Amino acid sequence: MPEPYKILVVDDEPDLEPLVKQRMRRQVRSGRYTFVFAQNGVEALERMGQEGDVDMVLSDINMPRMDGLTLLEQIPTVDPNVRSVIVSAYGDMKNIRTAMNRGAFDFVTKPIDFEDLQITIERTLRHMEEWRDALISRDKLVALQNELEVASKIQQSILPTEFPKSADYEIYAGMSPAREVAGDFYDVVRLANGKVGLAIADVSDKGVPSALFMMSSRTLLKGTAVGVGSPSEVLAEVNDMLCEGNETVTFVTVLYAEYNPANGKFIYSNGGHTMPVVIHADGTSSLLPPTRGVALGVMPGLEYQQKTTTLSPGDMVILYTDGVSEAMNPDNEEFGVERLCKIFADSPPKSAVEANRRVFEAVSEFAGEAPQSDDVACLTLHHRG
Amino acid sequence: METITAREDGVLIAKASGRVDGANAREFQNNLEQAIESDDKMVILNLRELSYISSAGLRVILLVAKSLQSRNTDFAICELQESILEVFQISGFDQIIPVHASESEAIASFSG
Repeated sequence: MPEPYKILVVDDEPDLEPLVKQRMRRQVRSGRYTFVFAQNGVEALERMGQEGDVDMVLSDINMPRMDGLTLLEQIPTVDPNVRSVIVSAYGDMKNIRTAMNRGAFDFVTKPIDFEDLQITIERTLRHMEEWRDALISRDKLVALQNELEVASKIQQSILPTEFPKSADYEIYAGMSPAREVAGDFYDVVRLANGKVGLAIADVSDKGVPSALFMMSSRTLLKGTAVGVGSPSEVLAEVNDMLCEGNETVTFVTVLYAEYNPANGKFIYSNGGHTMPVVIHADGTSSLLPPTRGVALGVMPGLEYQQKTTTLSPGDMVILYTDGVSEAMNPDNEEFGVERLCKIFADSPPKSAVEANRRVFEAVSEFAGEAPQSDDVACLTLHHRG
Repeated sequence: METITAREDGVLIAKASGRVDGANAREFQNNLEQAIESDDKMVILNLRELSYISSAGLRVILLVAKSLQSRNTDFAICELQESILEVFQISGFDQIIPVHASESEAIASFSG
C-alpha cells in the first residue's frame, strides 16, 4: 500500500483540528491521508521543513505572524512540488484571486463543507500525482537525451577533421546531421604509394539503429580499403560483410574512390550513391560518368563496376550525399545536382575548404525556413596537380 | 502517403501515393504487410501516384521484396514516375527488384 498523503492544515482557529480529524476519520483510517497542523504561516513553513514530505497545504488566509497569502509565496522555496488549497470567506473574490495568482491550486469557502473539501483534496492530489509522473518522465527523457548527445559526440569524433594534404592536393569535408545521430559519413584513408582513399556514404534512415550500422560500415570500409584491392573489390567485400546477419535490411550507399596525387588518376566505384560532381578550374562542371552498383548490405555476392578518370590540375571533385541534392525549400522544390554545379559557375573556388563551405551555404540558403529533414555531408578533393 | 490494395485475378495490387519518408515509412510497411496474404502468388506495387521516396521508404520495399522472395511469391513494381525511377536506378535497386512500365507488363513477366 502506498504511503498516505500528508496534508498540512494551517489555521489559527483551534476548533478546526478536532473537526478535520473527526470529519475525515474514514480517509485517515483507510490510510489515504494523514493530517498535520499549524497555527500560522511561520509555523507551517517550520512544519514543512521538519516533516519533509508534505504533499498538500490547506491554509486559511487571515492568521497572525504570517497570513495565508504570504505563506503561498513562501511554499515553493521550501518545496516547489507541494500543491496548496486556500480557505477563504464566502465571496471574498479579492483574496481568492490574489491566492490563485500566487499559485494556489484551488480554494474552498467558509463555513467548510467537508464533502466539497474532500472532492477538492482528491482533485488536488490527482493533479499532483500527474505532475510528479510528468517529472519522472521528464527525467527519463533527459537521461535519454544525454545518451543521444554522447552517441552524437562519439559519432562526430570518428569523422575525420584533419585531412592528409600535400603540395599536390587538398581535401576537406563536413557533415551536418538532421537529428542527434546521423546516417551520413565520410572517410579519408591513406593508402600505399601515396594514394588516398576517399569515401562518402549514406545509411538508410536515421537515428540510433542507423548510427550503429554506420559505425560498422565505416570500420569495414576503412579496414578493407587499407587492405588490398581496387575500389570495386573494396565495395564487393564490404557488401558481403555487411550482408551477414543484416536482418533489418539496413543498407548504405557508398561512393568509394582511390586517388593518385602523382598523376591525377581517380578510380571510383559506386554502390547506389549519387555521382560526384567535378568543378573545373574555369568554373565549368561535369558529372563523373556513372557506374552501376547496388547499395551495400542488401544482397551478398554482388559485383561492382569501377571507372577511371584523370583529373586536370585545378579540378575539384565534390562527393556529397542526397542531403545536398535532395534538400527541399519551403515550396518543396529539390536543390538538385544542377544547382550544385551552378554554385561555382561565376567564381570558381580557390580551395577545397572554400568549395565545401559554399556547398553548405548554398544548401542552407536554398532550404531557408524549411526544416532540415536529412543529414548533409560533403567532401571536396582539390587536385592541384 | 496512402496505400490502397485490391486483388484482381489472384494478383495483389498495392497502390502507394504521396510521399514516403522516415516519418511514415513504418506506416507504409505496416500497410503492405497487413495487405499481403500468405497465399498471394503475385504482388505488384504500383507507384504511379508516388511523388517522393526516401531511403527509409526504399528499405520498406526491399523488406517486402525479401520476405516475398523467401516464400516464392512474385513481386514487381510498376509505373514509376521519373524521379522515383531515378532513385531506384541510383540506389541500384532496379537491378534486384523487377521494374515494369505497367501492371499488365508486370503480370506478363510473372507468367512468362
